[in-house]
Amino acid sequence: MIEFNMPALGADMDEGTLNEWLVKPGDTVTRGQIVAVVETTKAAVEIECWHDGVVGELLVPIGQTVAVGAPLATILEAGEKAEPRASAPAAATEAPQQDAAPAQAPQAIPVAVTPSPVGHRQWVSPVARRTAASLGVDLKTLRGTGPQGAITLQDVEHAAATAHHEAPMPAPAPKPAASAEPKSAAEKARERGAAMRASIAAAMSRSKREIPHYYLADEIILDTALGWLTEQNAGLPITERMLPAVLQLKAVALAAQRYTEFSGFWNDDGYKAAPAVHVGVAISLRGGGLVAPAIHDVAEKKLDELMRDLTDLVARARAGSLRSSEMSDPTITVTNLGDKGVDAVFGVIYPPQVAIVGFGKPAQRVVVVDGGIRVATTVQSSLAADHRASDGARGALFLAEINRLLQQPDEL
Amino acid sequence: MKANYRGAVHDAIAEAMRADERVVLLGEDVGRYGGTYAVSKGLLEEFGPDRIRDTPISELGFVGIGIGAALNGLRPIVEIMTVNFSLLALDQIVNTAAPLRHMSNGQFSVPLVIRMATGAGRQLAAQHSHSLENWYAHIPGITVLAPATVADAYGMLRTALSNPDPVIIFEHVGLYNTSTDLDALEPTDIARAAVRRNGTDATLITYGGSLPKVLDAAEQLAQTGIDCEVIDLRVLRPLDDATILESVRKTHRAVIVDEGWRTGSLAAEVSARIVEGAFYDLDAPIARVCTVEVPIPYAKHLEQAALPQPDTIVAAVRGLFGDN
Repeated sequence: MIEFNMPALGADMDEGTLNEWLVKPGDTVTRGQIVAVVETTKAAVEIECWHDGVVGELLVPIGQTVAVGAPLATILEAGEKAEPRASAPAAATEAPQQDAAPAQAPQAIPVAVTPSPVGHRQWVSPVARRTAASLGVDLKTLRGTGPQGAITLQDVEHAAATAHHEAPMPAPAPKPAASAEPKSAAEKARERGAAMRASIAAAMSRSKREIPHYYLADEIILDTALGWLTEQNAGLPITERMLPAVLQLKAVALAAQRYTEFSGFWNDDGYKAAPAVHVGVAISLRGGGLVAPAIHDVAEKKLDELMRDLTDLVARARAGSLRSSEMSDPTITVTNLGDKGVDAVFGVIYPPQVAIVGFGKPAQRVVVVDGGIRVATTVQSSLAADHRASDGARGALFLAEINRLLQQPDEL
Repeated sequence: MKANYRGAVHDAIAEAMRADERVVLLGEDVGRYGGTYAVSKGLLEEFGPDRIRDTPISELGFVGIGIGAALNGLRPIVEIMTVNFSLLALDQIVNTAAPLRHMSNGQFSVPLVIRMATGAGRQLAAQHSHSLENWYAHIPGITVLAPATVADAYGMLRTALSNPDPVIIFEHVGLYNTSTDLDALEPTDIARAAVRRNGTDATLITYGGSLPKVLDAAEQLAQTGIDCEVIDLRVLRPLDDATILESVRKTHRAVIVDEGWRTGSLAAEVSARIVEGAFYDLDAPIARVCTVEVPIPYAKHLEQAALPQPDTIVAAVRGLFGDN
């Protein structure tokens, strides 16, 4: 039996809320199949299952938030029979929303009982329960901060103080600790916005705290590439026309394939180059915030294929329906703020990645070519890279390779 | 005045003997050798062999002599080399000394003080290093003391000698060399626990040789923002519930540090009393830090690993708080 766990969809994700199950017990699943939708602070993400088998049991009900790594379902391998898991019948009848939680098998319990992250009722310390009763705080609305998530005295006192502060305010003021009514869409969006801000803050703070960035810039003449692109697009219907951004993505991926110290992950045991280049595309969201999901195997894909992938990715990112592999797989990120009118962008690396390539606005600029002055369309490329994983000389070669590739669009 | 634990016990015996001629000392090597832990050095010269009596290696016999002497009007102090050896005298202590007042309807009392060394840390191996205070604390009819400070080493012994019933004093071997600055040594009560450090976030309850480690852990925790109250039980029987409960009602968290083994320990007893008396004031489960359940090893690194240490105490306290 395989446990299918809540995946980490990026370095900044601690927990996720199960939005939707797309399979039920008894369904056959294949490797790569989308089986559930999980809401993170960034988006609703479609979760893929990486095992072939039959769904045994769904362990987390819709709407429940669980930590990364918590079991979501069991998958039975070929030939395996469903074993009834030990379950607490009393809990199942008293609390139907928890009956799918994994009960602990007796042999798995060591001397000290280690509770599973889900599967027990909300723990409340005795003094917290007594104080909540006397202050009129509804324990169901609290999130515990004590050991193993227990609600502590401090949690109750904090909630009581918050409620007290908000009580004299006019009715529309939301009362986060005690809202029993379903939240409005606007309220949900606001909450998600705040949560996304917090997770971006955490990831970017970690990046600037831990990663010694170095920055390089280059100016790329785009005339050849744009001319080539115009020719290619001439024969295509409008919906299939390619944008310069696709050329940039492909050029970055090919260069990263050659200079492997820019596409991979820096972890506790040092740098590990990724076997394939999955380019994260920074996409700003309409409500604010951003995501940088991956287009997989960019170096191996044809340009028209990349264009379709990019269009699809942007649409789904903005609709809030990304897949788990897209969130966790990027090996390098590309950010393009040219459409916002800036000349250049110097990125902040998204850990544990080690590089981010930026592109500014393509514009007509005066350049010197072969000793003569000329007006050409150019774009500023930049590289922010992790000095633990690479050095400036290699970074310079990497940027120069991107420039070279963009002069040879036939190679892309 | 600088005073150490060994000297404080010595002075308590010497001054009691000067003040009351009924006080006598007997035990293995207490006379000519000056005591296994050098507590009675010089006493034979001052008080002579009638009052400082070396005994054969026979705990059952010389504890019996002490009981007989007490019944007949003396105020004997019996020294037993370690708590492990006192097991040979359990019959005298548990079946004779402890119940006599009740069995005789108050006609007899046994004003006997038994001192013994306890605890590990000096590489004396499994037959000389155990902490069996809880076995004695189980017995009605005796008072069980565990002085952890220099002041108590003197003061509790002086007070114990005026107690009409048997008193057992546990002196942890790791404490004999501890010293402190004191104005004067004087008798102290043998009824109450003592708050050795004030704090608001968690109550650390301990006794005897673990007290210095607990105070050390509390200092470390204070530097990370967890302010611990430290209670020294001092009296292991009868336990001072009031002091323990008052503190736990304030801090809402309790960690008990006991050099005995956890199973059936004094720590278990204290834990049960907290749950009985302060359940609705608890904000976290009660934690215990006890000795690993093995016979105390001889090898130094294994012995130290088996015992409660400041870092294991710190970890246990941290476990009572959430991650944020």
